[in-house]
Amino acid sequence: MADVNRGNRPLSPHLQVYRPQLTSITSILTRITGNALIVAALMIVWWLIAAATGPEAFAVADGFVTSWFGDLVMLLSVWALWYHTLAGVRHLIWDNAKMLEIDNAETLGWIVVIGSFVLTVLTVVVVW
Amino acid sequence: MVQLTLPKNSKIRTGKTWPKPEGATNVRKFSIYRWNPDDGDNPRVDTYFIDMDKCGPMVLDALIKIKNEIDPTLTFRRSCREGICGSCAMNIDGINTLACIYGLDEIEGEVKIYPLPHMPVVKDLIPDLTHFYAQHASIMPWLETKTNRPAKEWKQSIEDRKKLDGLYECVMCASCSTACPSYWWNGDRYLGPAALLHAYRWIIDSRDEATGERLDQLEDPFKLYRCHTIMNCTKTCPKGLNPAKAIAEIKKMMVERRI
Repeated sequence: MADVNRGNRPLSPHLQVYRPQLTSITSILTRITGNALIVAALMIVWWLIAAATGPEAFAVADGFVTSWFGDLVMLLSVWALWYHTLAGVRHLIWDNAKMLEIDNAETLGWIVVIGSFVLTVLTVVVVW
Repeated sequence: MVQLTLPKNSKIRTGKTWPKPEGATNVRKFSIYRWNPDDGDNPRVDTYFIDMDKCGPMVLDALIKIKNEIDPTLTFRRSCREGICGSCAMNIDGINTLACIYGLDEIEGEVKIYPLPHMPVVKDLIPDLTHFYAQHASIMPWLETKTNRPAKEWKQSIEDRKKLDGLYECVMCASCSTACPSYWWNGDRYLGPAALLHAYRWIIDSRDEATGERLDQLEDPFKLYRCHTIMNCTKTCPKGLNPAKAIAEIKKMMVERRI
């Protein structure tokens, strides 16, 4: 039969129906943490510039950075930094074409997820 | 381009609920994507109920039962019913697989069936695979030789032949490529896991004499390097193959030939 409606073909659902996988979630989190860390980096840069500018400017920046909101951003950034680092190490392993079997890849995934939380707690305990 | 939502003409509406079988005690619910090119409407999800005491064990058995006994307009591809032709690839219970070798007992509760993700739909569960096949053709899926043809066959050691295991079994069902978010967003230029697995199958074939040209052809920011090791491909492959590993091996060869 003639191809009657070729121009108006719908796009089949994708994100809407595809079940999240450990490997896909840990992959997108790598990108999200990488981008989110820019926020923390900007905050620290602002803090440093304020320190170089003068006592009034530093008081404002320091007040923000050490506020509960600043603490929250820093805490999340510590986790993001650990997560992104561990995920980066996982990529280095994969770049050697190793640990790419699903069971190995998922083990690495759990190491990245659990490791990032454990290291965050340790960092907070040590730094506090 | 990343587009998280569906275009206007692709938004899914609630469809028809077909009557339950009479006198059945073991009834199961099936939600199936429908789109008819002839009526101009948006896609919809129809609901069917099947008497599981009178149904075969596989998802394909249920689809055939619906087509035979409830709704003859339900449209899907199928042929070999034993996982070797690759025709009945579709999104079942949230992952891509072959309906003929995926057991209904592997799914909990309602069975949800959609076409392979992020593809133009021809009708119901049938995606348009034209571009997917063209990408496969572009990697030169044949033996390229330069030396004179031997008197008999092109010989290969047992060890070299073993390198093709886990690659030659691919049936080109497109489950892996259409499971890949990178292929969803950049499928126009990124070759996708299936085509790249085939590319690697010829790159490491000891008899092939176009390895350099094959690698040259893949040295491209999109064709190969849109793979970010998300691994949906390997996770979903109904044949248990590992396209992610094949792609990693190609990337490794790219680096190794420079040093």
